[in-house]
Order: sequence, then C-alpha cells, then structure tokens
Amino acid sequence: MSAALATLNRINPARWTVTVWRDLALKLTFPALGLALFLGFWHLGAQQINTSLGTFPGPAEVYSQWTNLVDEHRQEKAREAEFYQRQQERNAQRLAADPNAEVRWRDFNGRPTFFSQIRTSLWTVMAGFGLATVIAIPAGIIIGLNQNVYRAVNPIIQVFKPVSPLAWLPLVTLVVSAVYVSDDPMFSRSFLVSMITVTLCSLWPTLINTTVGVNSVSKDLLNVSQVLRLNWFTHVRRIIIPSAIPMMFTGLRLSLGIAWMVLIAAEMLAQNPGLGKFVWDEFQNGSSDSLGRICVAVLVIGFIGYLLDRAMLALQGWVNWDKTAVMR
Amino acid sequence: MSNTHLELSQVSIDFPTPSGPFRALNKVNLKIDQGEFVSLIGHSGCGKSTVLNIVAGLHQATEGGILLDGREVNEPGPERAVVFQNHSLLPWLTTYQNVELAVKQVFRGQKSRREMREWIEYNLDLVHMTHALDKRPDEISGGMKQRVGIARALAMQPKVLLMDEPFGALDALTRAHLQDSLMEIQAQLGNTVIMITHDVDEAVLLSDRIVMMTNGPAATIGEVLDVNLSRPRNRIALADDTDYNHLRSQVLTFLYEKQRKVEPINPKKANEQQKKAEVA
Ligand SMILES: Nc1ncnc2c1ncn2[C@@H]1O[C@H](COP(=O)(O)OP(=O)(O)OP(=O)(O)O)[C@@H](O)[C@H]1O
Ligand SMILES: [Mg+2]
Repeated sequence: MSAALATLNRINPARWTVTVWRDLALKLTFPALGLALFLGFWHLGAQQINTSLGTFPGPAEVYSQWTNLVDEHRQEKAREAEFYQRQQERNAQRLAADPNAEVRWRDFNGRPTFFSQIRTSLWTVMAGFGLATVIAIPAGIIIGLNQNVYRAVNPIIQVFKPVSPLAWLPLVTLVVSAVYVSDDPMFSRSFLVSMITVTLCSLWPTLINTTVGVNSVSKDLLNVSQVLRLNWFTHVRRIIIPSAIPMMFTGLRLSLGIAWMVLIAAEMLAQNPGLGKFVWDEFQNGSSDSLGRICVAVLVIGFIGYLLDRAMLALQGWVNWDKTAVMR
Repeated sequence: MSNTHLELSQVSIDFPTPSGPFRALNKVNLKIDQGEFVSLIGHSGCGKSTVLNIVAGLHQATEGGILLDGREVNEPGPERAVVFQNHSLLPWLTTYQNVELAVKQVFRGQKSRREMREWIEYNLDLVHMTHALDKRPDEISGGMKQRVGIARALAMQPKVLLMDEPFGALDALTRAHLQDSLMEIQAQLGNTVIMITHDVDEAVLLSDRIVMMTNGPAATIGEVLDVNLSRPRNRIALADDTDYNHLRSQVLTFLYEKQRKVEPINPKKANEQQKKAEVA
C-alpha cells in the first residue's frame, strides 16, 4: 500500500519539485542520447559496408522492412479468413443440397509469417524453459540437501553444463525420431527437438544456483528447524525453499536468457519453425531485402529477450520476500 | 537429589580437527532444579555455547550425557527451546508467523485454532510485542527481534529454556530493559533457564546460580556461585547492596585473576576485555 501511495505521490504534479524534474530529465536524456548516437553510427557505418546482397541496411531501410513484414502478416491473415469463409459457404451449400453429403474441413495451409514464427519461438522457449525449471528446482533442492548426492552428481553436472546446443541437437533429433513415434502426435517432432535442446542447455544455471542456495541456508535457521523437530517436508517448505528463493531466481534468470539464445540457434541449425528458421530462410533467400529483414529479426530477438528478462524480474519481485534485494 | 530436573553428567566432547580430536569440554557435571535460573559465564571460546548445544541436542557429547527428568536426551526438541544469540527468526515470516510456526509444530492436535491464536498472542504480549504482529524481522529493531525470539521459545512451553547470550548484541539500555522483562516473565512462569552471558552484572542480577567455566581446551566447571539475593530484584537498589557487590567481585576475581586469559587470540578483543576489567 505504501508503494501505491508513493506512486501516487510521484504522479501528483504538485509534488514535482525541481529535483524530481532534474531526476526525470537525467533518466530520459541519457538513454535518448545513447540511442541517437547508436542510430547515427549505424546509419553512417552501414553505407560503408558493401555485401554481396548490396549495401548494409541502415535504420530507415530496416524500418521499411518492418512495415513490409507487418503488411505480409496482415495479408496472410486476410487470406486465412477468406479461406475459412469460402470453405464454410461451400460446405453449407453442399449440406443444404444433400444433408448426408460428406463434407471435408481442412486447415488453412499458409506460409508462416514473421509474427507466427515469433509465436512459435515464444511458445517453444516457454515450454523448454518450463520443463527445465520443473526438473532443475526439485533436483537442485535434493542435491543441495544431501552432501553425498552432491558428490555423486557434481562431476556429471560440471561436464554437461558447458555443452553447446549445437552438439546436443543431432542427438536430440535422432532420439526424438526414434522414440517419439505416434500416428497422431500431440506435438510436432520439430517442436520437441527444439524444446528438449532448450531444456538441456538451460537446465544448469537453475540447478546449480538452487543447489548453492539450499546448501547455504544459515546454520541458525537449520538449528531452529531441528529444535522444532520439523519433518522433512515442512523443513523444506518453510525453511529451505524460502531461504533459497533469491538464489533460485538468479539461476532462473540466467536460464531463461540461455534458453532464448539456444532456441534461436537450434531453430536455425535444425530448420525447425521459429525465428531462427526465419533468419536462415532469409539468408538462403538472398534477395536485396534479406539483410534488412534479418536486421529486423535481430532487433526483435533482442527485444523479446529483454522482455523475458523483465518478466522474470517482475516475477522475482513478486515472489521474493526480501524486498530490499537490489534487482538489475 | 530427588528434584533434580536437568543433569549434565560427565559431559565431554571432542571435535574432530585436521590435527586430531580437539577436547573442548572435559567432564562437566551440573545439576539443575526445576524453576532454577542458571548462568554460564566464562571467557570467549571456553566452551559455553558447546555446553548449551549439547543440552539442546544440537551437538552430541563424546562421553557422558544429559538427563532431563531422569530420561537421557540426545536429539533436539522443543521441550528444550533455544534463544539464539542473533535471534534467528525466519526473515520471510512476520512476528506472528514466526511464533505461529513453533506453536503449530508443538501443539498440533492439542490446541484448537483459536486456542493457538490466543497462545501466540499471549506469548507475544509477555514480551510486549503485540504492536508489531505483522512486521517482518527486518522491519523491527534488534531488541524487538530478540523479544520475538524469546516469545517463540516461551511459546513452545519448554521444560528448559536455553539462551545463548540472548542480549549480547544489544546496547546497554535495551539490554537492561530486556533483563527486566525476563525477570518479570521468570517470576510469572517459573521456567528453568540456562543462560550464557559475558556480562557479570547480568549474571548476578538474573541468576539463582552462576556457573563459572575454566578456560579451554578441556574446559570444565571451575566454581559455582549461589546468588541468594531476594526477588524481585531491582537493579538500582542492588547497585549499593553489599551482598550484590560481593557476589560481583567474586565472579570478577574468578574471571580476571584465577582464569586470566594469558594469550589473547584477538588483540582488539583483548583490549576490550582489559578496558572492562579496568572499569570494574
Ligand atoms: N564444530 C566445531 N569444530 C571444532 N571446534 C569447535 C567446534 N565448535 C566449537 N569448537 C571449539 O570449541 C571451543 C569452544 O567453543 P564455544 O563456541 O563453545 O565457545 P564459547 O564459550 O561459546 O565462546 P563465545 O563466548 O565466544 O561464544 C572453541 O575453542 C572452539 O574453537
Ligand atoms: Mg558462544
């Protein structure tokens, strides 16, 4: 409530003293200055670089490619709506003529647009990161609680942690195609391959940080737990997990960052649907627009990564009991 | 003999160290009656906390053992509640929730929800903390945290209350205030208490007996001093009391003449001790 009041006070213009204005000005001026400089250098630098596909696109060119991509998406959406409407009408007519007629409903089979690729990537990264979290947090707690389990798994963790996604990918692809055989698959294979690769690579920071967090619970609190004779479950729930939450979130943020980076690389290499494939297709396509479109993709990938991190930070602020923790 | 409540018998402990076992305590014998308030005093590092932790069950004696009402104890339990030096409240729980955790654990199935609520509030009232039920530990002062720690321990309705320098980290005024609170509570509830302290005045003011420990390694009980001052005790009245001052000087003599620390481990700490001795 006090936070809400503080916000209200900040909004109330009557309280905007000189310091507040200056503070705001500083907060806005420097980021704006930085951005302007960046755009300027980009604009000038781009003109100097001649590639096989023409000069490197500057900010204006990239912006026009962005509007193109938005237009393409709109057109594709319109085509889809049209398709379904026609199908609906056709089937209705047929049924009207003969109520027993066999009607077919088909799915629209359009080209994936830039935005549908974004959606695929987001969904895949969330699924892969979610799976990694569901594995890493309980495993981290168990490893952190027991010194012998830690001794047993630590070497394995240390060896797998630095493995690049590109090395996992062929293995995951082969294993998924061998194991995941179903006539009516719930998920597509390419989705599973991307997702599992993301999981395998983003597991480690959460796992390791949770382990460390659990391991470094203050001795005093452990003594309290012992004096109270808390059972294992209560001990974990009331003492261990709250103590380890700050470390867990440090791990989760690192993991999510890795998950997003790995996903793009995996999609590119495996030609699995998503932003990575978009970039690869444009690269192969090699039209004069390609470079601009790849630049759009790069910026969007970065921006989404930033938003994911912010979302994680917001979640941390909401869950963490330690409101004094500095979050950057 | 018949009303011995808590007995430490031939308690010794060896800590494993890289250079072989380190005997911290050697043959500690002590009998404590129901409702008695006993202070443990001795130089830093002599093994006071170790004694307390063995009674609490947090350490295991290598030889000898602890009897509580004739039964041996060797694991921690809420009937031997501990007040730790640095409060050790759970930082993510409020004052109320911290006490609640203990009460729920100890009285599950014995008290109704309402009775628990009343019991929690009763104990927080004993330490005058009902005004901060919904505050987290980082929102209250050090003295208040220590009060909540005491309330949590009292709420377990322990047979023995163990306190490891409960007021050590507090300023003199707050400490005096809490000592008075503790005497009040003690008069009301008649708990059996073992308290570790560094403070000679605190020991004389609060205790029925003062147990003075020799320096380690292989520390043991040097002398036991009976404090026969009438209760309730008033710190201002006692300041000029001859009995009180005599007891005080006996403790000081033990600490600074008989058990004088020969080589200071930490020069800063040694300085402080010297200052204390001079003031005394
Ligand atoms: N876990 C342990 N392993 C090894 N040695 C220990 C351990 N715990 C305590 N000791 C040693 O036992 C001795 C007594 O320690 P203890 O903490 O009981 O002292 P203390 O009297 O409580 O000191 P202080 O007044 O400074 O708290 C010290 O020499 C200490 O180094
Ligand atoms: Mg100690």
